[in-house]
Amino acid sequence: MLRLPTFRYHRPRTAAEAVRILAESGPKARFVAGGTDLYPNMKRRHQSAEHLISLARVEELRGIDGDGPAGTCTIGAMTTLREIERDPRIGAWYPAFVQAVASVSSPLLRNMGTIGGNLLLDTRCNYYNQTEEWRASIDFCMKERGPICWVAPGSPRCYAVQSSDTVPLLCAIGAEVTLLSPGGERRVAVDDLYRDDGIAYLTKRPDELLTRVHLPASGAWSAAYHKLRRRGSIDFPVLGVGAWVARDGERIADVRVRIGGVGSMPIHATETEAMLRGQPVTEELVRAAAELSFKPARTMDNTDSEVPYRKKMAPIFVRRALSECLGL
Amino acid sequence: MAAESNGAANQPGTADQGYYRHDTPQQDLRVIGKPLRKVDARTKVTGRTGYADNLSLPRMVYMKLLRSTQAHARIRSIDTSAAAAMPGVVGILLGSELPNQFGILPVSNDEHTLAIDRVRFVGDPVAAVAALDEETAWAACRAIVVDYEPLPVIGSPAEALATPEPRIHDYGDEGNVHKYVNLQFGDVERGFAESDLVRQDVFFFEGNTHLPMEQHACLADYDKDHKVTIHSSTQTPHYLHKALTKVLAMPASNIRVIACPNGGGFGGKSDPFNHEVAACAMSRKIGRPVKCSLTREEVFHCHRGRHPVLMKAKIGVRKDGEIQALDFESHLDGGAFGSYGVASTFYTGALQTVTYQLKNYHFRGARYFTNKAPCGPKRGHGTVQPRFALECLLDKVACDLDLDPAEMRLRHLAKRGELTANFMRIGSMGLGECIEKVVAGSGWKERRGKLPFGRGLGLACSSYLSGAGLPIYWNAMPHSGVQLQLDRSGLVTVFCGSTDIGQGSMSVLAYVVAEVLGLDPMKLRIVTADTDLTPVDLGSYSSRVTLMTGNAAMQAAERAKEIVAAAVAEKLEVPKSNLVFADEHVFDAADPSRRMSFAEAVIAAEAKFGTVGTVGSYKPPRSAARFKGGGVGPSPSYSYTAAVVEIEVDPETGQYTIPKIWVAHDVGRSINAALVMGQIEGSVYMGLGEATMEESAYRDRSHKGKRVFLHNQPSMLDYKSPLAVDMPEVVTYIVEDHDPNGPWGAKEAGQGPLLPIMPAVANAVFDAVGVRIDTNPITPERIFAALQSKAKGGEARFGPSDVPAVAWPEPRVVPPPWEGGDGKEVASDAPAPTRSGGKG
Ligand SMILES: Cc1cc2nc3c(=O)[nH]c(=O)nc-3n(C[C@H](O)[C@H](O)[C@H](O)COP(=O)(O)OP(=O)(O)OC[C@H]3O[C@@H](n4cnc5c(N)ncnc54)[C@H](O)[C@@H]3O)c2cc1C
Ligand code: SF4
Repeated sequence: MLRLPTFRYHRPRTAAEAVRILAESGPKARFVAGGTDLYPNMKRRHQSAEHLISLARVEELRGIDGDGPAGTCTIGAMTTLREIERDPRIGAWYPAFVQAVASVSSPLLRNMGTIGGNLLLDTRCNYYNQTEEWRASIDFCMKERGPICWVAPGSPRCYAVQSSDTVPLLCAIGAEVTLLSPGGERRVAVDDLYRDDGIAYLTKRPDELLTRVHLPASGAWSAAYHKLRRRGSIDFPVLGVGAWVARDGERIADVRVRIGGVGSMPIHATETEAMLRGQPVTEELVRAAAELSFKPARTMDNTDSEVPYRKKMAPIFVRRALSECLGL
Repeated sequence: MAAESNGAANQPGTADQGYYRHDTPQQDLRVIGKPLRKVDARTKVTGRTGYADNLSLPRMVYMKLLRSTQAHARIRSIDTSAAAAMPGVVGILLGSELPNQFGILPVSNDEHTLAIDRVRFVGDPVAAVAALDEETAWAACRAIVVDYEPLPVIGSPAEALATPEPRIHDYGDEGNVHKYVNLQFGDVERGFAESDLVRQDVFFFEGNTHLPMEQHACLADYDKDHKVTIHSSTQTPHYLHKALTKVLAMPASNIRVIACPNGGGFGGKSDPFNHEVAACAMSRKIGRPVKCSLTREEVFHCHRGRHPVLMKAKIGVRKDGEIQALDFESHLDGGAFGSYGVASTFYTGALQTVTYQLKNYHFRGARYFTNKAPCGPKRGHGTVQPRFALECLLDKVACDLDLDPAEMRLRHLAKRGELTANFMRIGSMGLGECIEKVVAGSGWKERRGKLPFGRGLGLACSSYLSGAGLPIYWNAMPHSGVQLQLDRSGLVTVFCGSTDIGQGSMSVLAYVVAEVLGLDPMKLRIVTADTDLTPVDLGSYSSRVTLMTGNAAMQAAERAKEIVAAAVAEKLEVPKSNLVFADEHVFDAADPSRRMSFAEAVIAAEAKFGTVGTVGSYKPPRSAARFKGGGVGPSPSYSYTAAVVEIEVDPETGQYTIPKIWVAHDVGRSINAALVMGQIEGSVYMGLGEATMEESAYRDRSHKGKRVFLHNQPSMLDYKSPLAVDMPEVVTYIVEDHDPNGPWGAKEAGQGPLLPIMPAVANAVFDAVGVRIDTNPITPERIFAALQSKAKGGEARFGPSDVPAVAWPEPRVVPPPWEGGDGKEVASDAPAPTRSGGKG
């Protein structure tokens, strides 16, 4: 059945209060933002909480501030994806970010879903994102309750998939976030927020509240996000490539490529990047470099679409994202 | 040639008395053909329609079913003690309390309400719990301990053949083969010998499901008079009534079935279901009303969707594309129960003959039991998969012969008024006009084969029944009955057992009666689908309702008109033949000032004859197919459809978009053009879902010697079905080749237009990038695989390579009409009757 379990619902007004309530509520407490990830997961009983600390009323977590070219643009964690998508400043300074945001789920879900929630989205897997009845029939897996991993039965770890659309892009462009806990604040690169483990997929501690996203100075670089999914809306990425290129005339000064949807964290296409860095821009080079992303895209049989297909699509999507950045 | 008389002529007041009126010119009609709103439209859009899940009764309790977690297992024991002890639990029901079996077809009554000693798929119901609230009922279900002894899992037709024991059921043709069919019409070997081109292809059509918006729900109430009333989202209240009578072992007269408006059905609500029977039994057991609403996951378990079918088709044609012979083989993965499966098996061979002339035809079909949710009828029942194969095959033939696929089809259309090789009678036949429309609309002649690489056009055609010629259980009674009550206020109430599943059948009743009696259809009262109040209609399946209830309603209305006209003629002193019924009045055609309002006319009639009420009924004409198995396929009339799909394929990834579709459907006559358009476009949408992504796929894993086998994605997020954004522009043409058997010439529109979409997509892919996708759905992954295979010098194709080897039973040999056949089978070793002139 798909009903929410019972829980206590808290409505703090400030970030400090939210962090305090969480710390006082014991281990079975969580923040909830738009709830578009957490509530469906709770209905299917693969995530649980006795206390939910809603961030909906925390005004300081909302809104877009600062100046893109000056490198001071920040977005509150509770800003909805829809607000970002529609913001003319973000559209002008960070069009690739809007590309990624607009590809998340559907318009209705973007009205509720927040950027904070999107960055912290639970990893996904065909054996995990199922009802309790389904999981009981096949037997529960390691990520929730069970002993084994159905995707890789011999493996000691979980391979659930990083499935947020904004993550590969924000990693690639070098965005950062602020995390707040009773012990104080820290700022980390989005690139450093994730771990290669489907269960403990975040480096963020459970008691930390994500308060703001900091975007890099806009202007001297270009970026792109290319997503593979079955339908024109709603579907999670089964492959999502975020690419960032800084040019120096006809040369590629620096480049970052992150591949989402094919691992428990965004995959760094390091060999692709190394081949391009410092080189003159040519179509052949981009093609050859993109081919090198085939190997690191280790697709597993736990999303929609087929394993070899997703793997073979990775270099194509990487090439297309890079070509878009380079105007090829 | 068997000269079959129109069987309907033996009914009072039907064709011979002009009740079908297929030739009435459009300008003489006031209601029929107009795009009026549905009679229940306002209730629907204002959210006041009483779906089954909206209902509640005082003291009502909630029931949940515990379903099997095992794909195939013996039940050693069931311990309900913990569940029974839970506060709030008011009743527990086990299979042993309901030993009688049920099932939609009399030949496969193989279902228990709750499993007794065996479970056959993950999702098979095992126990039912009623409680004061749904959460408690569910928690109590989970507290029931079932001890299972696993049995070998049978996951596919190949495994069913390889594993005759253990049998999933102890009936069927052999081992785990549910049914074999072998029918031979003419001599295919001779046909192949006389052909210029013979080719054979193997196709696979993956199963998919109906996905109605409304999840099944019911409310059962066993009252103090020992009568049970069930409200349910069912398409077939009459068949549910029969099943309940059998399982509850109660007289039919003590059971009342009311079909609520369905929030979509598409065939998924046309079997009697476990939860319906269990709710009635539970209500009887505990003496309280019992509500049961299924979750989406449970709807996937109820299934009865499209069978996965593996097909081999060998065709022989002359240089101009004329089909000399077709040898067709289908293997149906039936799932765990019979359902409509025997009929589905015959349907995979029935309608290959009604679109193009076909001289020699051989059909073999086999249905297998597997440990999956049971398959059954989905929109286009059983004819969809072979149509995919046939239309793809014809496209290949046209390509081999260097012919235009549209021209080739046009040249060899089946002929109006003729009997086909398998004794289906073609009535009206507007396929030619349909093809011409989509060819002209799409710019086919100028654009096919000439678009840049990556873009293409594909064409396919199809046909579907306007109602099955035979009922599901053998009987000689009408298939549809309508009763009219004329009140002295002028109100006409129409009673009919038909079920509105969103298709507009209530509206059709209103339009038909309103047309005949000159009334406003919005002012009639329509009472439907209540076994206590309404005469039997067999149900909303096989596209039968408009034709059959339409004819029955027309007959009832004509009879009412007779009575009223007799009284008015006397009152106004005008000859009866001069009277016209229109604008809620009865007029003298010669002098319209001599008139009465309809209410006054009813008063006159009631004064003269007493209370005014009439009945009408309909039974299809007798079929010419007299051989065993010939009961599946005959219909009063066949609808026809042609479609052209335009596609844009990314040759590097196989990803594609469909910018536009042209579809033309021969509906005979549209009773309501807006509803017909809605059905056509809805069919296109559903067909596109099947063509592009929908798959009822199974997860098959083994771990430490245990095999788990269950539905891959029983949710609306992961069972991929297209969204509004995925819907292309559709250009719809309504073709009206009035059929003598339909009310004002009407045929079906609800299923036929779905059929050509899948093959048209496959054919368009070929035009765009030169690869054949012989497996449906036609996914980007499959296109990509075919393109890669082609690039590496392999087959430019994705599809299965062969079908399982089967020891077929001896064929039933039926000489086609042009070989002197009379529709009956002859002994297979008997010499074929001498040929009496060729056909065509
Ligand atoms: C049908 C469907 C389709 C979807 N498709 C996509 C898709 O295509 N792409 C995609 O990226 N996502 C998709 N999503 C997921 C989801 O809608 C989005 O990721 C959304 O942005 C999540 O934000 P939220 O505010 O609703 O998160 P919530 O559900 O409220 O939270 C998600 C998680 O983050 C934690 N959290 C939230 N905010 C904070 C914070 N400020 N500090 C600390 N912890 C926090 C919560 O405790 C929870 O664990 C889909 C969801 C559904 C239901
Ligand atoms: S990857 Fe393995 S452990 Fe992780 S969710 Fe999937 S099946 Fe479970």
